[in-house]
Amino acid sequence: MNALAARRRHPAAIAILLFLGLALVGTAYSLLAPKPAQAAVATAADAELGKQLFLANCATCHGLNAEGTKSGPTLMGVGAASVDFQVGTGRMPLAGPNVQAPRIDTVKFTEEQIAAMAAYVASLAPGPAIPDAKLTSGEGGDVALGGEIYRVNCAMCHNFAGSGGALTRGKYAPSLYGVDGRYVYEAMITGPQSMPVFNDTNLNPEAKASVIAYLKATQAEPNVGGMTLGNLGPVSEGMFVWIFGLLLMIACAFWLGQKAA
Amino acid sequence: MSTTASARTAADLRAADAKGRTGSESKAGAAGVWVDERTGLAKGAAYMMKKVFPDHWSFMLGEVAMYSMIICLLTGVFLSFWFVPSAGQIPYNGSYLPLQGVIMSEAYNSTLAISFDIRGGLLIRQIHHWAALMFCVAITVHMLRVFLTGAFRKPRELNWVIGSILSMLAIVEGFAGYSLPDDLLSGTGIRAAEGFIRSIPLVGSYISYLLFGGTFPGEAIIPRLYSVHVLLLPAVLIGLFTAHIVLVMVHKHTQFPGPGRTNENVVGFPLMPVYTAKAGGFFFMVFGVLAIISALVTINPIWAYGPYDPSPVTAGSQPDWYMGFADGALRLLPGFLEFELFGFTWSMNVFLGAVALIPLMYTAAGVYPWIEAWVTGDKREHHLLDRPRNAPTRTAIGMAAFSFYVVLMFAAGNDIMAIRLQLSINDVTILFRMLVFVVPVIVFWVTRRICWSLQRHDREKVLHGRETGTIIRTAEGKFFERHEDIDAFERWPLVAFESPAPLALTDGADANGVSAKDAKKARRRVAWSNFYFKTRVEPVTPTELAAAHHHGEHEAISGGSAPAAIKHDKHPH
Repeated sequence: MNALAARRRHPAAIAILLFLGLALVGTAYSLLAPKPAQAAVATAADAELGKQLFLANCATCHGLNAEGTKSGPTLMGVGAASVDFQVGTGRMPLAGPNVQAPRIDTVKFTEEQIAAMAAYVASLAPGPAIPDAKLTSGEGGDVALGGEIYRVNCAMCHNFAGSGGALTRGKYAPSLYGVDGRYVYEAMITGPQSMPVFNDTNLNPEAKASVIAYLKATQAEPNVGGMTLGNLGPVSEGMFVWIFGLLLMIACAFWLGQKAA
Repeated sequence: MSTTASARTAADLRAADAKGRTGSESKAGAAGVWVDERTGLAKGAAYMMKKVFPDHWSFMLGEVAMYSMIICLLTGVFLSFWFVPSAGQIPYNGSYLPLQGVIMSEAYNSTLAISFDIRGGLLIRQIHHWAALMFCVAITVHMLRVFLTGAFRKPRELNWVIGSILSMLAIVEGFAGYSLPDDLLSGTGIRAAEGFIRSIPLVGSYISYLLFGGTFPGEAIIPRLYSVHVLLLPAVLIGLFTAHIVLVMVHKHTQFPGPGRTNENVVGFPLMPVYTAKAGGFFFMVFGVLAIISALVTINPIWAYGPYDPSPVTAGSQPDWYMGFADGALRLLPGFLEFELFGFTWSMNVFLGAVALIPLMYTAAGVYPWIEAWVTGDKREHHLLDRPRNAPTRTAIGMAAFSFYVVLMFAAGNDIMAIRLQLSINDVTILFRMLVFVVPVIVFWVTRRICWSLQRHDREKVLHGRETGTIIRTAEGKFFERHEDIDAFERWPLVAFESPAPLALTDGADANGVSAKDAKKARRRVAWSNFYFKTRVEPVTPTELAAAHHHGEHEAISGGSAPAAIKHDKHPH
């Protein structure tokens, strides 16, 4: 100890201490930092098939090496989750330029093809991986907590019931009805289109699983009040009362007026 | 079966009253006498029972409003048994699973209990809310009916004002109720209302502090709104409503022109037994319709909104439809209307739409009878209604004002329109900013033209009869369509109206060449009179009718229409 103390004014001491400090912080960070959940290991063959599919279907806009062009962003670092979300929900390949890629139910590729493209894009640069099924199933999540997280983070765009809402200049937050938990999770970690990224330090994986659990639970609830009118809030209620309510009342009044005549 | 009620003298009534007393030998009669001897109600009741009401479906729109209000009162009492107007925070422990354990206010907790844990609670809550929406719809269309038929004219101006105040208070009452459950939407509504109050120049922040008992949200606002919603406003509403109905009794109900209907009588059915049965039955129909709607269609699913907390907000946060026009105006007002002056911020972008518009609009509606009376100079009583087409300018003004209201109301749904119709919310808003100026002008112009053409059509029908669609070929090979004369009963409403001529400007100077003191005022009035009545269609006169018939006997063809009394004193359009 004495030997060390004697050298504490050595010209190299400050540099060595800085180096040690940086090394410690770096190591600690790499140990403690949240890691993206790793999907099933993609094989080199997968990536090769993915590359073929990419060149045939995506390269026109995203560039031959996924470096991006004027018509499409680079896919470096978007990760497998992004590919799985965009292609798996039918948003990509984009049918035509628009303010936003719409969700299309007829998906153009098989699960294997999507996995291959995801593996290819993931091989280009590290990015969020396809989440583990046990986080996206919605089972075991805290529904009440998920509801609170949903109202604070999601309801402002997706509406209180997940019916969707308008954003600026024709963009919109889509409806969350019937969306697979996996895509909800992937949307949160990749932030597609106008959506912000909810990374694991912002909302940890358990919180995300709870949001999915909340969506599943509320969508599974029976409509206790009757027809929901699209869960759009007072606008659809007002329209209903003006059209059907008033019409029924006038019909009654008319009938009664005819009655005694 | 129909009777004609004219004013009865007090002596008549007393005689009828005395007859009723002596002639009552049944038990019910005896009970009636017993009550009358202690209260003296028989005379008034007999008078009321003989009151005559005319029949028309549009006269029942006001009744829809009245019954919806009564239904709100009844269901409201039920809700008040369980609702806890408190902002105190407690964890949820009821039977709606997705909210288990969430901390929420007692107000929201008790509303959830009403919806899930109290038998029939959700149905009653939905009836209460649907009835409130229906109340405001019925008031609006009733107001339109009264306006478009000219029922607000002397002697009913005051009742029109009372009705306008009722209409305004109804939306305030509705908003207070919407804000009570303390779910995410209603809390957002209170938050917005707090912002509106703060936008009142100079005193806004003080008023906000007074109302909320400090800063937003505080714990005071829910109990205070509750007092306003269940005590203050219902009391005022019922008081004004009673005055409204009493005045209808005093004035007697208006009627549409028709054979035997004059300005001095009312043709219809007496209250007892016909109208009691009709109105009573109608109450149950209104109740039935509202109950069916409430049983089938969700309104305000508070459980889905979740508890209020000042940080979240939901997409599609709108007020109930009756506040839509103010919300729409707020959405349309451009941001540059906010400025700083004398060290204060003047948020005109908020204040004009969300605060000032409401009283302004109702004031404009309230003073209209006096404006029209000033223009026409008409001091007579009117108990016969105008068919809307027969007062083209008034009808056009009414429709233009209503279209302004409707544009603002639709603007409140700009985000819903954008997402449902896949449009840009920016474009929708810009479009509405234009429409709010353009639509009323177009509606005014189009409505007036439609009125004129309908009037001309009426003239044609009176003069030449109805087109039968039967084509007749004469022996010489000529073709014509046979017209069928309409009978006197059908003709009456088509000819029984007034078409006042615009005022003409007198010289403005007396015999000595001194110009009249109010010459300027007179000129203004003539200008307005021209605006109202310059282009007009006169009703067919008996002479014209006789001439047309005479003409018809000889020629049978009525192809070339008589260019009779359609006045165009230099057509302005």
